[in-house]
Amino acid sequence: MGCNGLREVNVADVRAAIEKLCVSANCNVPRETIAALERALENEESPVGREILKQILENHRIARDEGVPACQDTGVAMVFVEVGQDVHFVGGDLYAAINDGVRQGYTEGYLRKSIVNDPLFRRVNTGDNTPAVVYVDIVPGTQVKITVAPKGGGAENMSGVAMLTPAAGVEGVKRFVVERVEKAGSNPCPPVVVGVGIGGTFDRVALLAKRALLRPVGSHNPDPMYAKLEEELLTEINKLGIGPQGLGGRTTALAVNIEYAPCHIASMPVAVNLNCHVGPHETIVL
Amino acid sequence: MAIEIFTPLTDEVVARLKAGDNVRISGVLYTARDAAHKRLVALIAEGKQLPLDIQGQIIYYVGPAPARPGQAIGSAGPTTSYRMDSYAPILMEHGLKGMIGKGSRSRDVRDAMMRFKAVYFAAIGGAGALLAKCVKASELVAYEDLGPEAIRKLTVEGFPAVVVNDIYGNDLYEEGVRKYRVS
Repeated sequence: MGCNGLREVNVADVRAAIEKLCVSANCNVPRETIAALERALENEESPVGREILKQILENHRIARDEGVPACQDTGVAMVFVEVGQDVHFVGGDLYAAINDGVRQGYTEGYLRKSIVNDPLFRRVNTGDNTPAVVYVDIVPGTQVKITVAPKGGGAENMSGVAMLTPAAGVEGVKRFVVERVEKAGSNPCPPVVVGVGIGGTFDRVALLAKRALLRPVGSHNPDPMYAKLEEELLTEINKLGIGPQGLGGRTTALAVNIEYAPCHIASMPVAVNLNCHVGPHETIVL
Repeated sequence: MAIEIFTPLTDEVVARLKAGDNVRISGVLYTARDAAHKRLVALIAEGKQLPLDIQGQIIYYVGPAPARPGQAIGSAGPTTSYRMDSYAPILMEHGLKGMIGKGSRSRDVRDAMMRFKAVYFAAIGGAGALLAKCVKASELVAYEDLGPEAIRKLTVEGFPAVVVNDIYGNDLYEEGVRKYRVS
């Protein structure tokens, strides 16, 4: 504890946590996701689909046992930091420490470096997977909660935002979400996890959809109306027939996770962000 | 039962493959993604020689993770293929016989497969740890500056894939989804 009741946290500890999380998240598919894949294998009717689910489960086992990334696309390093407002960072720049952790994790952990310095003209690989995409939130307390969620390009490319009108209602939301998943087809490596954001603004709704993917597969929105919508959407999506890897079957999505926020009287933004069947994320609390 | 095939692919082998066939590929696969395709197609447009002979070859759309000591390659699953759609027909015109990736192809690519007698295989996306075990050797061929997107020559044994598009115009994605869709 420093003076004035502030807790001092050295950014070197943040750097070390990020390094560890980058490697661990990429090699260890969340247990809830594995459980959902096992349930899908029991219920899948397509013989091709069942074979694919078996191989996916085998892949995830190899990744965990041998400490190798489950997918070669070890993604853009998405870093979510919740900082207690009574924390005082010492030892340097927080953002620099985060990027040092990413650099270290991706280099020492033999993870793929997938970031180019400029999206349009130069497109030169930065060589160390930096910079990370970082979101920092200030929360009450003295803890620092760090989540790393590596995000692959294939699933990310299938995302979408729609600025619906309030009149579009539940049906409008459903239509947009199901259409997005249908259009994505085999591209995002189904079975997918569907992150949905509803409300907020154009920028915020996309982040809501992404944050929805941080929730474990199988969890539900605490609001029963949204939890019911999650279930209904999952049923609709699994009627599409896309199936494992898009080769046909009952398992197109493992889960639909919705996060919502208040919005303007004129607006009803909706966003869809997809995770593949790896969908990695891990958290450490300092 | 999976069909064993060996590279380079001949017209005869390609003609036997049908959408839905499970195959195990042994021989050589060349890796290339968007950035490498862009350079290859530019070389063809300038009438220059390519850094690899694509006659009868298979290009695997993959950007592998780096190999740990003792590994031939890091995780190495397929990337999404549609990003290569604008480049693929010209490579087939110049002798490419196979592509491995994931996800459906454009009408132009499918037409080119029929015209130039080439096939498109899907491997399991996100099964990079499993697929890497079939890669016995990896050698840099060109474009080292592209990092994971460089062109590599992979020696593979029993690499598992499924035929999605054959030379007869069949498409396994369309057929599979039609079968399980509930309207």
